[in-house]
Amino acid sequence: MSRVLLKGGRVIDPAQRLDATRDVLLEDGVVAQVAAKLSARGADVISAKGLVVCPGFIDLHVHLREPGREDKETIATGTRAAAAGGFTAVCAMPNTDPVNDNSGITGFILQKARSEGVVRVYPIGAITRGSRGEELAEYGDLKESGCVAVSDDGRPVASARVMRRALEYARAFDLPVVDHCEEPALSERAAMNEGPVATLLGLRGAPAAAESIVVERDIQLAELTGGRLHVAHLSTAGAADAVRRGKARGVRVTAEATPHHLVLTDQVVKDSDYDTATKMNPPLRSEADLRAVREALRDGTIDAIATDHAPHTVDDKKVEYDQAAFGVVGLETAVSLCLDRLVGPGLLTLPQLVALLSSGPARALGLPGGTLATGAPADVTVLDLGRRRKVDPARFESKGRNTPFAGWTLKGAPVMTIVAGQVVWQERR
Amino acid sequence: MGAASAKSVEGAVPAGFRVRRELMDAERLSRALSRIAHQIVERRRDAEGLVLVGVRTRGVPLARRLARLVAEAGAPPPPVGALDITLYRDDLTTVASQPVLRRTEIPVSIDGRTVVLVDDVLYTGRTVRAALDEIIDFGRPARIKLAALIDRGHRELPICPDYVGQTITTTRDESVQVLVKEEDGHDRVLLLEKEPARRPAKGKPRRRA
Amino acid sequence: MNGYPHRHLLGIESLQPSEITAILDTAESLREILDRPIKKVPALRGKTVVNLFYEPSTRTRASFEVAEKVLSADSLSIAASTSSAQKGETLLDTAKNLEAMNPDMIVLRHSASGAPHFLARHCRAAIVNAGDGAHEHPTQALLDALTLRQRKKRLEGLRVAIVGDLLHSRVARSNVWLLSKMGAKVVLCAPPTLVPPGIDALAPVTYRIDEAVEGADAVMMLRIQHERMTGGYYPSDREYHLRFGLTEARVKRAKKDVLILHPGPMNRGVEIASEVADGPYSVILDQVTNGVAVRMAVLLLLLGGGGES
Repeated sequence: MSRVLLKGGRVIDPAQRLDATRDVLLEDGVVAQVAAKLSARGADVISAKGLVVCPGFIDLHVHLREPGREDKETIATGTRAAAAGGFTAVCAMPNTDPVNDNSGITGFILQKARSEGVVRVYPIGAITRGSRGEELAEYGDLKESGCVAVSDDGRPVASARVMRRALEYARAFDLPVVDHCEEPALSERAAMNEGPVATLLGLRGAPAAAESIVVERDIQLAELTGGRLHVAHLSTAGAADAVRRGKARGVRVTAEATPHHLVLTDQVVKDSDYDTATKMNPPLRSEADLRAVREALRDGTIDAIATDHAPHTVDDKKVEYDQAAFGVVGLETAVSLCLDRLVGPGLLTLPQLVALLSSGPARALGLPGGTLATGAPADVTVLDLGRRRKVDPARFESKGRNTPFAGWTLKGAPVMTIVAGQVVWQERR
Repeated sequence: MGAASAKSVEGAVPAGFRVRRELMDAERLSRALSRIAHQIVERRRDAEGLVLVGVRTRGVPLARRLARLVAEAGAPPPPVGALDITLYRDDLTTVASQPVLRRTEIPVSIDGRTVVLVDDVLYTGRTVRAALDEIIDFGRPARIKLAALIDRGHRELPICPDYVGQTITTTRDESVQVLVKEEDGHDRVLLLEKEPARRPAKGKPRRRA
Repeated sequence: MNGYPHRHLLGIESLQPSEITAILDTAESLREILDRPIKKVPALRGKTVVNLFYEPSTRTRASFEVAEKVLSADSLSIAASTSSAQKGETLLDTAKNLEAMNPDMIVLRHSASGAPHFLARHCRAAIVNAGDGAHEHPTQALLDALTLRQRKKRLEGLRVAIVGDLLHSRVARSNVWLLSKMGAKVVLCAPPTLVPPGIDALAPVTYRIDEAVEGADAVMMLRIQHERMTGGYYPSDREYHLRFGLTEARVKRAKKDVLILHPGPMNRGVEIASEVADGPYSVILDQVTNGVAVRMAVLLLLLGGGGES
């Protein structure tokens, strides 16, 4: 019987509408009790005085790269990065090599996660075979072997017919369909957001409409089929508006946004002189889009903050902007960034942020956790709101160093990560 | 407070230098040029097919004045050219700031003619070396001669002037500054010296320099 | 006196008007060298310049080569389409290999916008942008400005129309920057599909060429870049010529002494009528001479003397 007692922290559990000083007792891998002034014999006592105690954070959108691109990241290094970033669970996207479109690959990922992983890994299976956008993958097998959703992320589902079938068929297994919403005919060969900045830089851009058109399409298909839709990495005002209207009509749609889309605009591509650490898909957008996405965060249109953690090798990024791979890492900067740039200036309250990182993601994809109610998994994230840190990619746990936030000083950080009652990471003093 | 500069030269003196004494006033300068012009005319061979080429910047107005004086002395009025030697300097790569490049204009063919290079101050000879290299790229003159208003010595190359306004002895710490009406508003030649480093004035009695 | 205090020439956007004037004045002083019996000065003796061209180009490359040779620099040209790039060697690898030969300057033309900035970050040599993607072509804008200044004696207050494929044109962007900084009034004209978003913040845009050339001191025609287009920007060359081409009739709306500039090579009968291209308003030959002069000025200001900012 292993017991851990976190004493005296400010416990924020949005699922239970709790925000008060409490002690949290974890026993045998689940939450035993949350109350004021607990004592427990034989428990490891951890002082959480002056700290914030939250349900373990869940990142719905992570690229662990294994199998196939272990040079960029492995399940071991990716989950270590997650723990160092305060995340207790990650959803692993299927665009590995080979693509996770069958129970064999799902099984491999889960087995690796059990033996080498440091946090919980929830695999996401592919929507179509090989993510080629044509034939559906075997959702029954995928669900049975442990997938929590299906996605062709990295690529859009170009055909409305295929997307419709996917939403319909997935209903049988109650699997959410996660779509990377992009109209390829409008975004072909684009390196950034279309707009005045791209014009000045002479780079080909993809308009915001390339995303919002497909979000509208998917929401109407979800309405038609009754399926569950989750919009990945929402980045535009048009998409936020579509999701808001869809929810109001009762469509089963949820959405996530990344920290970089909540903090940066396309102007940084110019200010950084074509630094490829600013290149990702969907790209950084305009001021107006940034404001709309932040507003969607505040009014509940967006359910979760997810990093879209996409590690790349140095070689993949150290080339001309057009040629560089799309993607930035995010696990080890997300929480600090949100605390410093969203909660700090009052754009979000702390409980709102905690919800977006715990109860929101859990609810969106139907995952366990996201709360400290009795019986919930003993996954806890502990934050120190006053802790200042400078982002230093050289010291990342992740193999990927491609971040646009290198050198930023951020106030507020995770200091301890607990999974199933075990401390899997704590800050080195 | 400087030493001998009773008359203000209105900021023409470069930083770190002060005037030691005046070498020529306007009248002496004018007489020096006149003498040179007469010397040129006397050497008949030079006077025929003559081209005066002023070395920028102040060699150019001096060359123009010489041309007028040569014509007044009875020889045919010679054409005048302007030479910017910036692109031929041998100290180009050690110059701390970029040279200001001005136009080179040689209005006639110099083949077979007598070119008289005109410069304000002849010192190490490196400017004249650059000017020689450049003028030769324009053609094949019969002969090249050198006229300098002031020769201050300290040659580093085997170059001698053919016509000189005044020869003086200087030290390396000194500098000769030629001012001309066309560029600076008046005619003067000054001998400059480096300003001594300032000593703190507190309490100590000033030592005589 | 540092007329041009930067280490590289990557674009016009970041230059001060005084720096542009320094380049133009220096170019003006250097032009006469091309009329000398011996077209060589020793100013850049011992300096090595590598022309690294990833896009085909006759005139720009030749222009740089002549400029380098006149200043006595050692010049080496690499047409990357025939070399290792085809074997898959990256731009960075190629540049690093060249660096081992210690060039003082790399002149780069590349199809990726920002490629010169990328090289400037990773190489020791001074970098001159000879055209990067759709971003900038600074020496072209400088030689256009020099040509205009020679004929019109000034740039300030000139009315200049820039007509054609604005979307893919680096020449357009560099020219809009330069002319605006020097006080000229620029008007842009193109079919709506070829107008990049936000360009109207730099200069007014019209879809009517008659309006654009009305009273213009100079008209700059941009080339239709078939090789950069993925298609469908306008229905046909015939329609383009009828609605956006510079015909004799349209030229008459401009000032009597209007100048026609074209970065070349021209699509005769599409963006410009042949009679206009060969007519008396055309300053194409001046542009070629000025091109060499401007490039000499850039080489001299970057390599001759200090250079480091």
